[in-house]
Amino acid sequence: MQSRNARIGMVLFVVYFILYGGFVVLNAFRPDLMEKTPVAGLNLAILYGFGLIVGALILSLIYGALCNNPKSSDQQEQHS
Amino acid sequence: MIYERSWEAVAFFAVFVGFTLGLSFWLGGKAKSSAGYFAAHGQIPWFVNGIAFAGDYLSAASFLGICGMIAFYGYDGFLYSIGYLAGWIVALFVVAEPMKRLGRFTFADALDAKFNSRGIKLAAGISTLAVSLFYLIPQMVGAGVLVQPLLGLDHWMGVVMVGAVVIMIVVTAGMVSTTWVQFLKGSLLVFFSAILTWMILDRGFTVEEGGNDGHKFRTLLVVSAAIAPEAVGTIADEFDVIPPDDVWKATKQPFVRLKERKSGRTTVWHVQDSDKDGQVSLKETQTVTKSKDGKTLVNGEPRGTKKGEPELFTVGYVSRLPDGKSSTGSLTLASFFSTLQDSEVVLWREEKVAESDGQITTVYYQKPTPGAQILRPGEHPIFKGIRSDRWFDRIDFISLMLALFCGTASLPHILIRYYTVKDESSARKSTIVGIASIGFFYVLTLYMGLGAMTSGALDVTDNNMAAPLLAKSMNTWLFAAISAIAFTTVLGTVSGLILASAGAVTHDLLGSAFGFQMNDDEKVRIAKLSSVGVGAIAIILGIVFRDMNVSFLVGWAFSVAASANLPSLVMILFWNGVTRQGVISAIIVGMVSSLSWVLLSGETYAKVYGLNAADSVLPFSQPGLITIPLGFLTLIVVSLATRTDTNDRNIPA
Repeated sequence: MQSRNARIGMVLFVVYFILYGGFVVLNAFRPDLMEKTPVAGLNLAILYGFGLIVGALILSLIYGALCNNPKSSDQQEQHS
Repeated sequence: MIYERSWEAVAFFAVFVGFTLGLSFWLGGKAKSSAGYFAAHGQIPWFVNGIAFAGDYLSAASFLGICGMIAFYGYDGFLYSIGYLAGWIVALFVVAEPMKRLGRFTFADALDAKFNSRGIKLAAGISTLAVSLFYLIPQMVGAGVLVQPLLGLDHWMGVVMVGAVVIMIVVTAGMVSTTWVQFLKGSLLVFFSAILTWMILDRGFTVEEGGNDGHKFRTLLVVSAAIAPEAVGTIADEFDVIPPDDVWKATKQPFVRLKERKSGRTTVWHVQDSDKDGQVSLKETQTVTKSKDGKTLVNGEPRGTKKGEPELFTVGYVSRLPDGKSSTGSLTLASFFSTLQDSEVVLWREEKVAESDGQITTVYYQKPTPGAQILRPGEHPIFKGIRSDRWFDRIDFISLMLALFCGTASLPHILIRYYTVKDESSARKSTIVGIASIGFFYVLTLYMGLGAMTSGALDVTDNNMAAPLLAKSMNTWLFAAISAIAFTTVLGTVSGLILASAGAVTHDLLGSAFGFQMNDDEKVRIAKLSSVGVGAIAIILGIVFRDMNVSFLVGWAFSVAASANLPSLVMILFWNGVTRQGVISAIIVGMVSSLSWVLLSGETYAKVYGLNAADSVLPFSQPGLITIPLGFLTLIVVSLATRTDTNDRNIPA
């Protein structure tokens, strides 16, 4: 059960890491692209930046929906 | 600017502090045991814990620092928002549930769950203290900076006040009261930020020639010969040109000093647009001159102490809107940006001039900036590197963004919050609530920052005050509320940090590493004593570092936390081969290497030692890109070298 949650977590983590990494690399090596305004007069810097924040929320909601809820309150005693 | 004590703000402060302390004393009875003191008995509801995450995490650096940076430089401050939020993805997907499963009071517990080693407790305890102290200093200094203009108190009084209130919160009920204070602060901060954003959109943009104090900045059109170095000219029979000495000839920006005939005062003007048929325009600047005998001149006159006397003018205005409009009316979430994109805003930059007679003049000059440039990354000195030709400057940017990404999930005061809920699913749910509220707030930072940039209320000398001054431009009560919330912001974060440090001292260092035998009552007593101790140290540091620009210490804290803590935290979860020696050496190597890197970096050379940044031996300033992988590498190599069969037990992962 726990490993299932951890696996889902890893997959979603990799997805976000690629999105975030793309943003960072784009900023570092092609900052001129961030000035382009593809949609409604908004530039890529704002669209991508807001996208990363909203994306984080969406991925975390997906994670919350997919995860199992192990009954874990009884395990805590082991570590005292 | 002259700040007058605002009685509304005093009232709000008093209500907030009184309510918070009352709550703490009321909750005090619930935290008698060490489980209560350190972890609130694991009984905080997940939703409350999630908002408390926001209260814990959204420090003064987030609120005041990011808004101020956006207000002065545009988009760049938002890069911090993005990085700070992205870190929560690591916290949720990788760290949250195992952290809850393995630990009890401190994050050292989780690292040590498998080994029961004094060495790990010692190393992790020290790294907790180091990170928490780095984080504490800017919070305490921020408290002083905030209280000074709002309540008319001295800096040290502000620091002592915050220190005293926080110590009382932490000592009365430990994690229980800390959590509720953070919950309160988190909700208020997000709620009022939303109101502020709504008001910014409702107000829209208006073209102005100066700030909201009514002063219109003057422009003089002159022939360029009149201000040539050798000229002894007069301008419009009003000004005499002061011939520049060597110092004024050597300034980076072209300045001209004029003596006003009527008043006899000296003002400094910035030469712009020098290509129009031999004509140039001189734009009025603002100056602050500190003479050797400690006097301060503002725009050539002794600085006043009351309203109406000489002071710096407020700034922050739109100089041109699209299609020649003079005001936009209310805007939508998207048209706010698309309008600004095609407008022009007057930003202000500064240059320090050390004059030959020993006085130092800081000149604040206008920099009309197209909106398209404001809304792109790379204007602030920290992020300018992405437009540089040097490859290492780009690496520096990547390194910073990596440290922000990895740092959040390694901050001890955030991690201990996982022990206040009852189980792993609550840990997960509260992180999701945390991400939602923190993310929402960070989206608002861009609106608030740009709103402040165009509010007409900015103080050129102090970008930390951008958000409160923005609120002031709306109305006084909102200003009072936002200031009081900024103050509670400091309270919430500082109490979390002190609690994390006290946990490390009591539980990891004294209890485990040095093997003091304590019963539960003694543990709580020692924890309270160490809270007072850490609080006292924080007060002293807050006073000692008052004149230093300390905002970058938060960046240090992120880099050190990510380098020292993250490798062990992650590898213990995903690799069975980790050994005790591996964890200890990874923490030490990560901590020492990132700290040394920071201390030897060009940024520290320039900002702390006052040396030339280029003299630094390191190619770039941000350590993360090197020291985080170094931590992982150390852990793997040492673990492989010290691996024995007894270490080869399965851990739950």
